[in-house]
This record gives sequence, structure tokens and C-alpha cells, in this order.
Amino acid sequence: MKKFFYEVGSTTLFFTDSVRLMFAKPSRMPDMIRHMKFIGNDSVIIICLTGVFTGLAMSYQIYIGFNLVNATNLVGPTVALGIFKELAPVLTGLIVAARAGGAMAAQIGTMRVSEQIDALEVMGVNPIQYLSSPRVLAAVLTLPLLCGIFDIVAIQASELLCVNLLDLDKAIFWNKIELWIRPRDVMEGLIKAAVFGLTFATVCCKTGFYTKGGAKGVGDTTNKGVVYSMVLIIVLNLLVSNLIRLYFSLVESF
Amino acid sequence: MEMAVEIQDLKKSFDGGKSFVLNGIDLVIPADKITMLIGFSGTGKSVLMKHILGLMKPTSGNIKVFGKNLSQRSEQELIALRCQMGVLFQHAALFDDMSVIENVLFPLSEHRRDLSKARRLEIARHKLKVTGMDREHDQKLPAEISGGMQKRVGLARALALDPKILLYDEPTTGLDPILTEMVDNLILDTHKLHKGATSLVISHDLMAAFRLGDYIVMLDKGKVLLRGTKEEFLNTDNEFIRKFIDKGIRRS
Repeated sequence: MKKFFYEVGSTTLFFTDSVRLMFAKPSRMPDMIRHMKFIGNDSVIIICLTGVFTGLAMSYQIYIGFNLVNATNLVGPTVALGIFKELAPVLTGLIVAARAGGAMAAQIGTMRVSEQIDALEVMGVNPIQYLSSPRVLAAVLTLPLLCGIFDIVAIQASELLCVNLLDLDKAIFWNKIELWIRPRDVMEGLIKAAVFGLTFATVCCKTGFYTKGGAKGVGDTTNKGVVYSMVLIIVLNLLVSNLIRLYFSLVESF
Repeated sequence: MEMAVEIQDLKKSFDGGKSFVLNGIDLVIPADKITMLIGFSGTGKSVLMKHILGLMKPTSGNIKVFGKNLSQRSEQELIALRCQMGVLFQHAALFDDMSVIENVLFPLSEHRRDLSKARRLEIARHKLKVTGMDREHDQKLPAEISGGMQKRVGLARALALDPKILLYDEPTTGLDPILTEMVDNLILDTHKLHKGATSLVISHDLMAAFRLGDYIVMLDKGKVLLRGTKEEFLNTDNEFIRKFIDKGIRRS
């Protein structure tokens, strides 16, 4: 229990430092753009691939169910809602946490055990500002973009299956989506993606930063960073969904 | 004699005072001299270095660098102070995603933005040249050059901001005798070239201490056993130091 509270406390402190130093001088903008390329650009193919197959599989399963009750016209909006609000942000978060988060923890962990972080400190460079802040900011900005790509690709794949193979009407497919999906549904997913980006980048940078030991230590912290990130993404998904819904309902009530 | 570093009754404990890694260190490090800090592994040499750099806070005691107490310096002042110190790490600690020239340019890009890019590049190339690195290696990554070259690049990076104090953290540990001699000569040449710079070399190589050091400090169990010249060490009556010297001479 003591260890749990210690972990939560130290991660919170690391997170506040990373955010506080994001816009401190000297500017780390070039580093941030480099990290955005690594987190974003290099993840596009795997996100597209996941989006296509998620869209196809989900559409087919929902079609089978809705066909039993003669409601196949609602396959489009049901798939869209599931993807925009839940599957796109969660799967994007999990995939990028495993791919980029693991790499972040391993890289920073290696820098720790090979004294590169000590070298930064003795050169008068704040290692959190240099290593963590640009990565966290890059992840926060990039994850919603990747989530948007996932949304587009998955819904296009769904249309492809529903219209060309399951003989649903294209106009009805899109009309029902327009009718049932509100901009806030898409926004909810994008906001969640940004929160997941913040979560995995902070957790992976922090675990890497406090690596102890040699190669085994780096392996352990990489594993720890990825596992903690994934669990947190799944747990936070429920929490953030409810917070966003609460926020929107409060806004609408005023 | 001007003192670069003055340490008074320095104590450091990592377990709330149950045991002390540094247990009342009193030490002065004179400016413009090479001081060798020797002792067995685990005697607190590297911890002492981190205290001098202001990276660790003492449990009790005072450290003055250039006459001013470290505890009285703000974080900004500590950063400014660290810019006046250069460190050569045991394994050079080069940034492995940067080329040789980028590694040397790094401290200049961080702290000398007032200089033009061309001027910074010129300084970096000069520092690499004085440590014996050819320009043909400029674009190579640290993994693509030998261990000896990595030390040279690490030293060039440490010298980039023209530090007043140079710290060497066990620079020859794990190197073969030829590379060890090369690094020792590099330390001597660098000291001669940088007039007024203070060098503190952490080592357990006794022969290197005798060869390089103007002063030798021996640590044991977190305390200074002896601080003196080579002659004072050779003539000491301290049983422990005599054993250390005998073993060191026999091994070499």
C-alpha cells in the first residue's frame, strides 16, 4: 500500500514538473516536433491497419445482431458511436503506448544507466525539461490526430463492408450517421485520446527516468511503463468518459 | 594558495542517519592543481563528486565552491556554477543519438546561444582537435568510434564551456594499459593547456595518482585518511595507506 501511494505521488510530481517546464526556456520545440514524428507519423500505418479491421469486424457483428430484429439501418450509427467514443481512443492509446511508450521508457532508462542523464544535469540542463516535457506535449498533441485517422479509416471500412457486401443502402448508412452522431461524440473520443497520450507519456518517461541497474533494469522499467500505461488507459477510459458526459450535460443544462 | 573547493565536516546518509556514506569530510582542493581522489570502491568518492557538483544535498556540513557556500546558491546560481565545471564520466556518457560533433556542440547550444552557429561549430571543432580527434569522425555516432575516442569526445564536451573545474570520474576504469596511459596523458595535457583550471580526478589507480597528482587525497569509510603530496604518501606511517600503496605497486 505504501509503495502504491509512493508511486502515485512520485508520478504526480513528475507530471507537474513535466507540464510546468513545457514552455520554459530554452524552447524544446524542435525536439517536440521530432517526438511528434516518432509518436505520430511512425504510428499511422499500424493505426490505419487496426482501424480497418476494427471497422470491418464491428460492422459485421453488429449487422448480424441487428438483422435479427430488422434494424440493419442502424448499423452505421451504432458502429460510428462505438468507434468514435470508445474503440478509437482506447485502441489508439493502447497501440501507441505499447509502441512509442515502450521506446520512450527504454531510451530514457538507457540514458539513466549510462550516466547520460547525469551528464545533462552537470551541463546545467534540466533533464525533465529536456527529456520528458517535449515527449509529453508531443503525445498530447499527436494522439487526437491518430484517433481522428482511426475514426475515418474505421468508418470508411465499415461503409465498404455494409454497402458492398451486406447490401445496405449507402445513402441510408450516411444519413443515419448524420442523424444520430453529434459533434460532441467525436470530441469525446478526441479528448480521451489526448488524456491517454498525457498518461502513457508521463508514466513511461517517469519509469524510464528512475531506472536502476543495468540492462535488466531497463527491461524491467520498459515492461513496467507499458503495463502501467495500458492499465491506466483502460481504467481512465471509464472515468474520463463519465467526466466528459457530466461536463456536456452541465453545459447543455445552462 | 587559492582554493577552488572547501569542504567542512561533510556528512551524507541515505538511510536517515543510521549509516553515513560520507562521515565528516574536511577537505580543500587548491585551484590550478591536479588533485587525485583515491580509495577502494564504495568509499564515497563519486558521492563526494556529486556533492561538489551540487547534484546531492549533504545531510550536514558545508561545501564552498569559489568561496560561496553551495547551500546559499539558488537553483539558477547552481546551474551557472555547473557551467563552470566540466565532467568526464567513467564511460564518457555521450548522447548516443547525437553525432560526435553534436555531442560537443550540445553544451554550447544550451548555454552560449549568444554566439552564432558558425562560432559554436568552430569552438566545438577546436575542442575536438585539442583532445586529438580528427574531423573525419565528426559525423559518426558514439557507437561507431572506439572507447578511447569516446573518452576524447567526452573530454572535448567537458571542455566546451571552458570550465574552471574539471572533474574526472574514474576515467581509466576498465581500460587496457595503453588506453589508460593515453587518458592519463590527455588529463595532463588538458591541465597544462587550460591554465588556471582545477582538476579533480577520482581513481583507484595508485600509480596514476602518483604520476598525475599535485595532491593526493585518500578516502576510506567516508573519511579523509590523508591529504598530501606523493612524498607525504610514500612516507606515511598509516598502516592502511601503506597496505594500499604496497598492493598498488605490486599490481602495477
